[in-house]
Amino acid sequence: MNNEHYEALKNIIKIYLPEDVSVEDIKPTSHLTQELNVNSANLVDIVLDVEDHFDITIEDDEIEKMETVQSAIEIIEAKVQS
Amino acid sequence: MKHRVVITGMGVCAPNGIGLKAFSDAIFSGKSGIKFHQKLADLNFGCQIAGQPEIPDGMLENYFTALQLRDLQSSGIEYGMIAGVDAWTDAGLAPTDKDTVDYDSGIVFGVSLLGAEKFRSAIYLTDECKVRRLGSTSVVQTMASGISAYLGGYLGCGNQVTTNSSACTTGLESVLMGYERLRNGDALRMLVGSCNDSGPYIWGGFDAMRVLTKKYNENPEAGSRPMQEDANGFVPGAGAGALVLETLESAQQRGAKIYAEILGGAVNSGGQRNGGTMTAPNSEAVQHCIKTAVKNAGVSASEIDTINGHLTSTGMCPTEIANWSEALDLRGENFPYINSLKSMTGHCLAAAGSIETVATILELEEGRIFGNINTAHIHPEILERVAHDKVLTKTIDMPVKVAAKASFGFGDVNCCMIFKKFE
Repeated sequence: MNNEHYEALKNIIKIYLPEDVSVEDIKPTSHLTQELNVNSANLVDIVLDVEDHFDITIEDDEIEKMETVQSAIEIIEAKVQS
Repeated sequence: MKHRVVITGMGVCAPNGIGLKAFSDAIFSGKSGIKFHQKLADLNFGCQIAGQPEIPDGMLENYFTALQLRDLQSSGIEYGMIAGVDAWTDAGLAPTDKDTVDYDSGIVFGVSLLGAEKFRSAIYLTDECKVRRLGSTSVVQTMASGISAYLGGYLGCGNQVTTNSSACTTGLESVLMGYERLRNGDALRMLVGSCNDSGPYIWGGFDAMRVLTKKYNENPEAGSRPMQEDANGFVPGAGAGALVLETLESAQQRGAKIYAEILGGAVNSGGQRNGGTMTAPNSEAVQHCIKTAVKNAGVSASEIDTINGHLTSTGMCPTEIANWSEALDLRGENFPYINSLKSMTGHCLAAAGSIETVATILELEEGRIFGNINTAHIHPEILERVAHDKVLTKTIDMPVKVAAKASFGFGDVNCCMIFKKFE
């Protein structure tokens, strides 16, 4: 996992964290909705921010796989490298 | 058993003042909130003046999370949250903690349409085949009940949380709806009020209808001239007003400050018959509404100290005065004092009724009646019915016991409420 990608994703996610979750709580294994308590409605906003930042397009079936920070990074890195 | 209903909190986001203190100072000193808007001139509007609340930098951060402020493009939600949250705070109430729902508190917060700027952005993206770029808040910023939803989430209200809509009657109708719910014992507290977006997409349709004044682009503060012979159209406005209504028992149990009691009210429609149309009132229905409100309130017409009219500055003001005079069977020196906040704010559309109700309650609270501005040429037909001094040209000190407020709207709909100083 590229650290630069990880930090960029953390920066995107932190905007959507509820008040009682801090950016320090974000770990590679964190589940976005179940552990970080990101509102599921905001997942679409995270995807749009990721697309803008990395200049990639994420397909609907890939969004469904973006459950944890790690799985999101994997999808991003597959696109960024290709 | 029917419950007595009182007002225990107020908030306002008006073109001539945000917050109760600033608004009170403005209305009693005759401060206009109407300004020239370059954007309207750039877009070739006939009417290039408007009344729009000026939100200071940093203020919205007190009402929204950073996440909510991202891509917030709904001025109505901004105004409504400021007024609604302020009213709740003014009533001595606070948001519930994150695990508690207050099932005794509800919201009726009205709008005409909401989030016009957001809807415009969404339309552009959709037409560019980028519907997936709309993000997660296009719906909640543009649904009519968006403002009630934002307020409900902020405050933790668990009773009825809804939105009413009846054009320019909306704001006052929300007061009646909240009052009825409390009177019937279905809630202990209701946050009522209304908001209206600002901007060219809201005001353009009125400009096209030629109901806005075009003659005061060089002299904005003189543009809104209710009851004047030289009135030739209204000035568009925007903003929000909010009131916390509460059963008397609940208010007394909490030891809450009581601004006034709601004695009663009425709502009706002229059916777009007998002179009524989509855009003009059926006078018979207006009079029926006022009479019914007075009857429901259990007061006699002569007890009414002051009327806060609808009085928009379109040339229909003499008709409205005649309707009040006929309905109350009062004329000359016996007619109550009458004023129109629109002389200072313009016509705040769906927000008018709630902002003007806040102004009316401040008159009861402070023992003075605000003067109209721009009153050099009172319409002669009005002076045939009403003594000149009853159309106030400046603020007077006078204990107000009973006040009437009416609003009328497109669709030929009417609402009238009667308020009394609490005893």
